[in-house]
Amino acid sequence: MNDPIIRFDNVVKRFGDHTVLDELNFDIRKGEKVTIIGPSGSGKSTVLRILMTLEGIEGGVVHVGGEPLWHEHGPVGLVPASQAHLHRMRGQLGMVFQQFNLFPHMTVLRNITEAPVKVLGLGKAEARDRAEELLELVGLSDHAQKYPHQLSGGQQQRVGIARALAMRPNILLFDEPTSALDPELVGEVLNVIGQLSEEHDLTMLLVTHEMRFAREISDRILFFDQGRIVEEGSPAQLFTSPQRERTREFLGSELDRVLAV
Amino acid sequence: MLFGFEWDTTNALTLALSILPILMVGLWVTLQATVLGFFVALVMGMVLAVLKGARSRLVSWPAYAVTEFIRDTPLLVQLFFLYYVLPEYGIVLPAFLTGALALGIQYSAYTSEVYRAGLEAVGHDQREAARALNLSRARTFTHVIVPQAIPRIIPAMGNYLVSIMKDVPVLSVVTVLEMLNVARIVGDRTFDYLVPLSMVGGIYLILTLVASSGVRWLDRNLPNQGIPLK
Amino acid sequence: MTPHWIEYLPPLIEGAWVTLQLTVFSTFLGVVMAFLFGVGKLSHNPFIRAFSVAYIEVFRGTSLLVQLFWLYFALPLTGQAIGIDLRLPPVVAGVLALGLNIGAYGAEVVRGAIQSVHPGQHEAALALNFTPRQTMLGVTIPQAVPEMMPAFGNLAVQNLKDTALVSLISLGDMTFRAEQIRNFTQDSTVIYTMLLFMYFGMALVLTAIMRLLERRVGQWRPGKG
Ligand SMILES: Nc1ncnc2c1ncn2[C@@H]1O[C@H](COP(=O)(O)OP(=O)(O)OP(=O)(O)O)[C@@H](O)[C@H]1O
Ligand SMILES: [Mg+2]
Repeated sequence: MNDPIIRFDNVVKRFGDHTVLDELNFDIRKGEKVTIIGPSGSGKSTVLRILMTLEGIEGGVVHVGGEPLWHEHGPVGLVPASQAHLHRMRGQLGMVFQQFNLFPHMTVLRNITEAPVKVLGLGKAEARDRAEELLELVGLSDHAQKYPHQLSGGQQQRVGIARALAMRPNILLFDEPTSALDPELVGEVLNVIGQLSEEHDLTMLLVTHEMRFAREISDRILFFDQGRIVEEGSPAQLFTSPQRERTREFLGSELDRVLAV
Repeated sequence: MLFGFEWDTTNALTLALSILPILMVGLWVTLQATVLGFFVALVMGMVLAVLKGARSRLVSWPAYAVTEFIRDTPLLVQLFFLYYVLPEYGIVLPAFLTGALALGIQYSAYTSEVYRAGLEAVGHDQREAARALNLSRARTFTHVIVPQAIPRIIPAMGNYLVSIMKDVPVLSVVTVLEMLNVARIVGDRTFDYLVPLSMVGGIYLILTLVASSGVRWLDRNLPNQGIPLK
Repeated sequence: MTPHWIEYLPPLIEGAWVTLQLTVFSTFLGVVMAFLFGVGKLSHNPFIRAFSVAYIEVFRGTSLLVQLFWLYFALPLTGQAIGIDLRLPPVVAGVLALGLNIGAYGAEVVRGAIQSVHPGQHEAALALNFTPRQTMLGVTIPQAVPEMMPAFGNLAVQNLKDTALVSLISLGDMTFRAEQIRNFTQDSTVIYTMLLFMYFGMALVLTAIMRLLERRVGQWRPGKG
C-alpha cells in the first residue's frame, strides 16, 4: 500500500549536451495528488513526458507501479525496454496536454471511443456508454457529435480529459492544462480536474501555474528549478512558509504575474 | 553508324561505350531545346503575368483563360498543332524551333504563375513603406518589389527548367533528333533497345539530380533580403 | 452537307473513352504508389527508406517518355535475354509508365503532407497507446489526406495530359485518333482545335471532381464543415 506508484531513481535526462534532469529523485504514492511548480525550462514537462514515454532517459531508473518503465529485467540486471514492454506500461498512464491535441478529424465521441475500441478491444456499444458517462462528467453531453474546432478551448480541454479517462489509467498527467485557455475559460477546466481529485484511487501529477488551485487540490507540491527539486512539502508549508530563498523568489514572481494580468 | 560514329555490338558494354558519343550529339540538341524553350517560357510567362495583372478585366480575364487552357492541354497536342497548323498559314519553321516554341508555350502557363506568386509574396507593408517614402509606383516596383521577388522566383524557375529538359523527348515526334530519338534510332538499327534506352534514362537521372541540387543550393544561398536591380 | 468536324466526332469520342480509362487506371495506380513510397520514405527501416528514395528519384529524374519507351521496347528484350515473356500490351505499358511516373511525384506529396501533421497528434496517439500502425492509419493519414488534395488535383490533370504520350506506342487514345484523321484528311486546324478543346473540357471536369473530393475529405476542417 505504501509502495510508491511512481519512483524517479537518479534519473538523468539530456538534450544534446544540455542536462535537463540531473540525478532526479522523488516518489509519488498511489492516489496522491501532486503538483509540480517551477520556472520555465526547469524540466516540469520533461518529467511528465518521460512518464508518458514521450521522452527517453539517459540515466537512472523510472519505476511505475513497481516496475521499471524504461527498462526490463534481463538475465543480468536491467536492459532497455522493448516496444512491447513500453506498450504494456503505457496502459497505466494517461495524459492531458497543454494544447489539448484532440484528433481534429474525429467527432468528440470518436475522440473518446477510438482508443478504448482499438487499443483495449472494447465493444463499440460499451465504449460508447463509457464515453457518454465521461461526457456527462465533464459537462459536454450535448456536444458528442461535434468536431473539436466547433468547441471552445475550455470545452476541448474537457474532452481531452474525458479522452484520457476513457482508458481508465491509474495515473493521470496534466501538463499545464489551462495555460492555452482564455482566462474566462480556465475555471470550467479546473472544476473538472478538482472533481477528479476527489477520486481516491487516481494518482494525479499536475504541472500548473494556477497556484491557488494547486493549493486547494494537492496533497504535496514539488518546486522544481534547473532540473532539481529545490523544495517540497504540503501546500500549506510550501506556500505559506517556504524554506528556501529560491522558492520565495519564485512564488513572489508568480504573484506579480497573477496581479499583472 | 550514326553521325559518323560506328557502334560495336560485340556485347552490351562495347555497345554502350561505342554509342555514347552518338547519344552526346543527341544530348546537345536536348540541351539547346531546353534552353531555348526555357527562354520562350520566361518571356511569354512574363507577358501573361503582366496581362493577368492588368486593371481592366477585359485584359486580365482572357489572360487567365489562356493560361488555364495552355496548362490543361497536353504538350504533345500543342506541338502537333503548331507543327501542322502553322504551315497552313504560311509560317514554316524548322522542327527544332517549333518544338522549342511548343515547350515555351506550355511552360509559360507555369512561369506566369511563378512571377505572380513571387511578386505577391512581397508583403503589403513593403508597398506601404514605399508609399510612405513617397516613391513613385514605377520606382516602388523596380526598386522595392522586384528585388525582393527575385530570390523567390529564381528557384521556382529552376525547377521548371529541369521539367522542360524532361519534356524535350516529346519533340522526337516531329523528327527532332534529341537524345531519346537518337537512342531509338540506335535501337531500331542494332535491335537492342535496352542499352541505349537505359543509357538515356541514366543520363537523365544524372542531369536532373545535379540540376535539382543546384536549384536547392540557389534556394538556400540567394540573399533573403533581395537582389537589387542595377 | 454536314460540316466535317461532326464526322470527326465519333472516332475522337472513342479515343476519349480510352484516354479516360487510361487516366483513371493510372491515377489509381499512382495513388497506390504514392502512399506506399511516400510512407516508405519516412520508414525507420533503412532498406525500405532507400528503396523508396530510389523509386522516387528514378521516376522523377528520368523523363516519362523514356520510361514509356523503356517499358515498351526495352523490357521485352530483357525478358527475352533471361527467357521470360515480358512483352507488355500497349495498355499495360501505358498504365504502368503513367502510374509509376505520377506515383513518384505523388509520393513526395504524401510525404510532405504526413510530415505536416502536428507532432502533438502523434504524442496524443502514443499517450492513448496506439501502435505506430494504428497511429499512421487512424490519425496521421486521415489528417494528411486533405492536405494532399490540391496537389493531387494538379497531378491528376498532369496525368490526363500525359496520357497523350501513349499514342506514340500506338494506343488508340484521343490523340492517336486525331493523328489518324489528320493523316487521312489533312484537316489539321479543325482536328487539333477540337482535340485541344476536348482535353481542356476533360481537365475542367477532372478539376471539378477533385475539388468536390477535396471538400469531402476535409469536412472536419475549420471553416469547411
Ligand atoms: N526536444 C527538446 N530538444 C532540446 N531541448 C529541449 C527539448 N525539450 C525541452 N528541452 C529543454 O529542456 C529544458 C526543460 O524543458 P521543459 O519543457 O521540461 O521545461 P518546463 O519546466 O516544462 O518549462 P515551461 O514552463 O516553459 O513549460 C528546457 O531548457 C528546454 O529548452
Ligand atoms: Mg512545460
